[in-house]
Amino acid sequence: MSALDTPPVTTLDLDEQGLRAVNRTLQEAPDGARFAVTSPGGRHAIAAGLRSAIEVDVHGHAGYYCAGMNQAATVRVHGNVGVGVAENMMSGRVEVHGTAGQSAGATAHGGLLVVEGDAAARCGISLKGADIVVKGSVGHATGFMAQVGRIVIFGDAGPALGDSIYETRIYVRGAASDLGADCVAKEMRDEHRAELAALLAAAGAPDADPGDFRRYGSARTLYHWQAP
Amino acid sequence: MRPSATFDTHTIAEIQRAAETGIYAIRGFGAKRAVPHFDDLLFLGASMSRYPLEGYREACGTDVVLGTRYAQRPLRLDIPVTIAGMSFGALSANAKEALGRGASMVGTSTTTGDGGMTPEEREASDRLVYQYLPSRYGMNPDDLRRADAIEIVVGQGAKPGGGGMLLGQKISARVAEMRDLPAGIDQRSACRHPDWTGPDDLEIKIAELREITGWQVPIYVKVGASRPYYDTALAVKAGADVVVLDGMQGGTAATQEVFIEHVGIPTLAAIPPAVDALQELGVHRNGVQLVVSGGIRTGADVAKAIALGADAVSIGVAVLIALGDNSPALADEYAALGTAPGRYDAWHEGRDPAGISTQDPELEARLDPELGARRVANLLRVLTMEAQTIARACGKSHVHNLEPEDLVALTVEAAAMARVPLAGTSWVPGNPSTSPGGPQ
Repeated sequence: MSALDTPPVTTLDLDEQGLRAVNRTLQEAPDGARFAVTSPGGRHAIAAGLRSAIEVDVHGHAGYYCAGMNQAATVRVHGNVGVGVAENMMSGRVEVHGTAGQSAGATAHGGLLVVEGDAAARCGISLKGADIVVKGSVGHATGFMAQVGRIVIFGDAGPALGDSIYETRIYVRGAASDLGADCVAKEMRDEHRAELAALLAAAGAPDADPGDFRRYGSARTLYHWQAP
Repeated sequence: MRPSATFDTHTIAEIQRAAETGIYAIRGFGAKRAVPHFDDLLFLGASMSRYPLEGYREACGTDVVLGTRYAQRPLRLDIPVTIAGMSFGALSANAKEALGRGASMVGTSTTTGDGGMTPEEREASDRLVYQYLPSRYGMNPDDLRRADAIEIVVGQGAKPGGGGMLLGQKISARVAEMRDLPAGIDQRSACRHPDWTGPDDLEIKIAELREITGWQVPIYVKVGASRPYYDTALAVKAGADVVVLDGMQGGTAATQEVFIEHVGIPTLAAIPPAVDALQELGVHRNGVQLVVSGGIRTGADVAKAIALGADAVSIGVAVLIALGDNSPALADEYAALGTAPGRYDAWHEGRDPAGISTQDPELEARLDPELGARRVANLLRVLTMEAQTIARACGKSHVHNLEPEDLVALTVEAAAMARVPLAGTSWVPGNPSTSPGGPQ
C-alpha cells in the first residue's frame, strides 16, 4: 500500500467527546480505519470491544481494561495501562509502550499482547490461547491457571510463576526463582526455540536470542483431582 | 438398640467411607439437611379485614421487568420464575436445550453457566442470561453481545467462596474445546475473578461490559448468601441492575459435601438483610431488582420469596427434577449406581440415567428436548398459578403486592430470620417493639 492509499488518521479526543462516543466510533469503524485517541486521562475501558481490523493509537495513560475483548484491531498505547489490558482478547494486537498493571492479557483467547515495560501481578492469568510478550519483568502469579497460549518474559518473574498452570508455555530470560503449584522447568527443544523465535520477531525483538530463555509449564500432577 | 442422635446413620456411614477411601465426598444437588426455610412460613389469607380476589378468574399479574436501572433493553418476563445458571458440561446439550425451550414457552429466561453459550441454547431461548464467571470458560464478546442480560457470578449459594469442579468423565471433546482445556482432565473453575478484586474494581468491570454491549442489556450480580446486606449494598454501589441472591440450599453440579452443608446461610435468612440494603439505598422495587434462588420448589415458595421482597426467583434443582432427575421410573438404574429415586446426587460422575447431568451420548439421547421442555414449562406454569392462588387469597392483584405483613412464622427461628411474627402472636424475635402477647 502506498502512502497515498493509507487512510487518514481520525483524531478522537476523550475530553471533548467522552468515552461512550469514542468507543462507539471505534466499535463501528470499518476495516482499515486509523484513529488517534487523545486525552485518555487514565480512563477505563478505552477502545474496549473493538471488532474490526482498525488501527488505534492511544496517546497517554489508560486505566483498567484498555482494549478489553479486542477482536482484530491493533491498539497501541503510548503510555502506561492499568488492570486488565487486552483482557479476554480474541484476536488482533495490543502494544503497551509503557508498563502494565495487574492481569494483563487475562483470559485472552487469541492475538498478541506486547508490553514494552513491566507487567504487574497475574499477567496472563487463565490465558486461553493468546500470546503475551513482556519485555520487562512480571509480578506474582503470572500465568496462574493459564490454559493455552504462550507467555514470554524478558526480565524476571515474580513469585508463584505458573501456579496451577495447564498447557500454556512460559518462556523466561531472567530469574524465575519461585514456581507456583505444579509449574516446572521444562526442556527447550528445537520446536520451542522455533516458536519462541517467531514470537520474538512478531513482538519486534528479532535480535533476542531464544537460547537465552528457559521454558516452564505444567507437571500435570493436578490434572486429576485427589485428596490433598 | 437406641440410635444416636449425634452419630446418626448418615454420619456413621460417612466416617466409614472416609476411613475407607481417604478422600472427601463430592456430590451434586444442594444442602440436604433441614434448615429454616419457606415451609416455616404461612400466609394469612384475607378475612374480615382483608378483601380477597376471586379464585382463578380475577386478574393477578405476574409480569416482572428486570434491569430498569441502566439497561436500554430491560428483560421483560411474563412470570416471576426464571431458570438459574447451569453449565453445558455439567448438563447435557439436550438438557440445556430443553430448559431454553421450556422457559421460552412460558415467557421467562434461562441462563448459561460455567462453560459458555451453545448455539442450541441461544436458538432455543427467547431470553437468555449469559453468565460471566471467574473461569471465563468459553467467554467471548460475540456471545456477550448476543445475550439478553449478563450475570456476573461472584458466588453461588451451594458454595460461597468456592470455585467449581468438572470431573474428567464429563469432559467430552466438545466440552473441552469450549473451555480451551484438554479432554478428560478434572477441571477446576476459578473461585476468584481474574481481573478484578473487590467492589471498586467490580464497578469498573461493569462499566467495561456496558461499553462493550453498548449499554443495551441488564447486568446482574449474583452472590452466594453469606453477608447479604453488605454484598447487596456493594453490588448496587458497583452499578448492578439486578442482584441475584442464592441461598445455601441452591444446587451445584459438583462440590464437596462439607462445603454444601456448612458454608453459607439459608435462603430465608438472606432475603431480609438484602431487602434492607436495597431499601436503605432507595432502590427496592425502584430501580434495582432482587432475584432469589436456593430451594424454591413450589408456588408457595415463590410467593413467600416475593412477599419478603424478591422481584423474581430462580430455580435449578426443581427444573432438573421436572426433566426427569430422580424419577421413580429409573429405580433399577439408580439401584445399579448404589442409590435410589429421591436420593440420587452423583451429578458429578456423568452417569445420570435420566440423561441430564451427563456427556455420555447414549445417556444424553434418553432426554428428548421437546418432551423435557413441555415438562419444564408445565412446572413453571404450576409454580406461577400456585403463587397467584396465594396472592389472590391475600387480596393482591399482582404477585408483587404480596408483602411481609401477609406472613407469619411457625418457628421462633423462622420468625427471627424472616422478621415476621410468630403465628398466633405479634412477636417478631429481635424486634423490641413487639411482644409475644400483643394483638393479632
